[in-house]
Amino acid sequence: MRKNQFTKTNLAWLLVIIGSYLLINVLISAGVINKIYQTVMLTIGINIILAISLNLIIGITGQFSLGHAGFMSIGAYSAGVIVKMMDGAPSSVYIGMLVGILISIVVALIVATPTLRLKGDYLAIATLGFGEIIRIVIQNMKITNGAAGLVLPKLIDWPVVFVFLVISTIVIVSFTYSAYGRACISVREDEIASETMGINTTKYKIMAFVVGAIFASIAGTLYATSFYVIKPEIFSFNKSIDILVIVVFGGMGSFTGSFVSALLISVLNTSLQSFADIRTIIYGALLVLIMIFRPQGLLGKYEFKFSKLFDKFAKKEVRQ
Amino acid sequence: MIVLQTKNLTRNFGGLAAVSNVSLEIKKNELVGLIGPNGAGKTTLFNLLTGVYEPSEGTIELLVDGNLKSIGGLKPYTITNFGIGRTFQNIRLFKELTVLDNIKVGMNQNINYGVLTAIFRFPKYYSEEKRVHEEALKLLEVVNLVDKKDELAKNLPYGEQRKLEIARALATNPRVLFLDEPAAGMNPIETQELTDLIRKIKDDFNLTIILIEHDMSLVMNVCERIYVLDYGKLIASGDPDSIKNNKKVIEAYLGED
Ligand SMILES: Nc1ncnc2c1ncn2[C@@H]1O[C@H](COP(=O)(O)OP(=O)(O)O)[C@@H](O)[C@H]1O
Ligand SMILES: [Mg+2]
Repeated sequence: MRKNQFTKTNLAWLLVIIGSYLLINVLISAGVINKIYQTVMLTIGINIILAISLNLIIGITGQFSLGHAGFMSIGAYSAGVIVKMMDGAPSSVYIGMLVGILISIVVALIVATPTLRLKGDYLAIATLGFGEIIRIVIQNMKITNGAAGLVLPKLIDWPVVFVFLVISTIVIVSFTYSAYGRACISVREDEIASETMGINTTKYKIMAFVVGAIFASIAGTLYATSFYVIKPEIFSFNKSIDILVIVVFGGMGSFTGSFVSALLISVLNTSLQSFADIRTIIYGALLVLIMIFRPQGLLGKYEFKFSKLFDKFAKKEVRQ
Repeated sequence: MIVLQTKNLTRNFGGLAAVSNVSLEIKKNELVGLIGPNGAGKTTLFNLLTGVYEPSEGTIELLVDGNLKSIGGLKPYTITNFGIGRTFQNIRLFKELTVLDNIKVGMNQNINYGVLTAIFRFPKYYSEEKRVHEEALKLLEVVNLVDKKDELAKNLPYGEQRKLEIARALATNPRVLFLDEPAAGMNPIETQELTDLIRKIKDDFNLTIILIEHDMSLVMNVCERIYVLDYGKLIASGDPDSIKNNKKVIEAYLGED
């Protein structure tokens, strides 16, 4: 029966993925989703990837990182530089993405290994510094064209972002719902008890951080190859905070929450784009309101699961 | 056969010697009590033996694969994987995890699939998770918590949280088990059940158990041998009867109240 349910939920998710892909396609050809909405969709997809990957580090593993935009910029600039070098060949996106991932892994290990050995929020300080350092490095390198940034051709459209959104979600959620994820959650819950369970907490903290960095980097590549321009300032500390707000608003530890919240906030952001000054104020007000009225975020730790739904139906049938 | 021994074990906190020059020997399958007034250093001794604190001085040796191995100052997870399990005086469950998942975390080191298998859900993931699920349920049966398997640990009543901690410690597959005041906060009926449980797991899991407890009747009832700590020092050891009548022990406890 258990085995049955695993395949049933997998099948349900597969249907959701294919269904939403087809639905979006239909809506686009019917003209319901116009060019502007398509751009918003790109933003939403990229923000979801950023949010769930940060949620793995903060919400699941309990390690406070303020450097997510830094890893995003590594992915963006790796792709940017390689796209330039390859004159915008379609494959340059994926080569760039791969290079970004490799650099992000190395950098994540350098940042995380010394700090995550320690108990306490040293990671926050280290990642804060790292985010600024990477921005200054990019600002001063020739190959990245300094503060002016890079102008790039648009090489991908929403289907590519959709595919990477699906891949990111599957990888991060499957990781979380495995022995690895349970170990990460135990670190969040009680580090000493976790160690006493035989768990090398440093190893799992680093693992979650590196996985998170990989997907932030992928999101960066997607951003660079779909939005024409990348500049160091796009990936500043503010961007890390934006991602953090999405995670906190949706609920730390809830991927469903990150999805909902990334969607809402991306739409909000886009509609406020012409009022850049108010945007910060509304953001700040939003954060304060969440803290006061719903400190656990929109969805708390709730997670939508087909298995729960099926269980409910099964129980109803029995009752009838 | 000695499974665990310390020699001149000492731990200082600033000027305070919380554990001072403690030498003890624990034999295989013994059920040993560790008693002493509040602040005597019992929990600190457990923390030294399980790697939570590093010793200031002295040695700790554990029987591993037939040889005594020095484990003083090793990381807690290494020591756990050498076969020491424990519970905490101030319960340290994974509160936001279900009862079942708490046990599964305890079994973590004995789950055999890689990250890629987890991410891509290869068949090994399902077969291992199935095995882990079944074994975890068996452990919950031992402590009578199967009905509560899907509850969050934080929602269990106090006594059941203590029992869950014991089951979680068993999940790490220990040979030596440390219980830090397992009866604290339990009513007499629960304490009686706990006494039976301790005896049962000792036999069924072939354990050596070291028990810190304030409930004297429980200690005198189940322990074969008792060590008494006072101000960090061992002041007596022996069978329950000799401890009951030991002058130093009586004085130490009289001094407390
Ligand atoms: N981490 C620590 N830092 C400073 N002092 C400590 C620490 N842990 C324990 N102590 C002190 O060591 C002494 C023994 O404490 P403890 O081992 O908890 O006693 P018991 O478990 O026998 O009641 C107490 O005086 C306590 O305050
Ligand atoms: Mg104590």
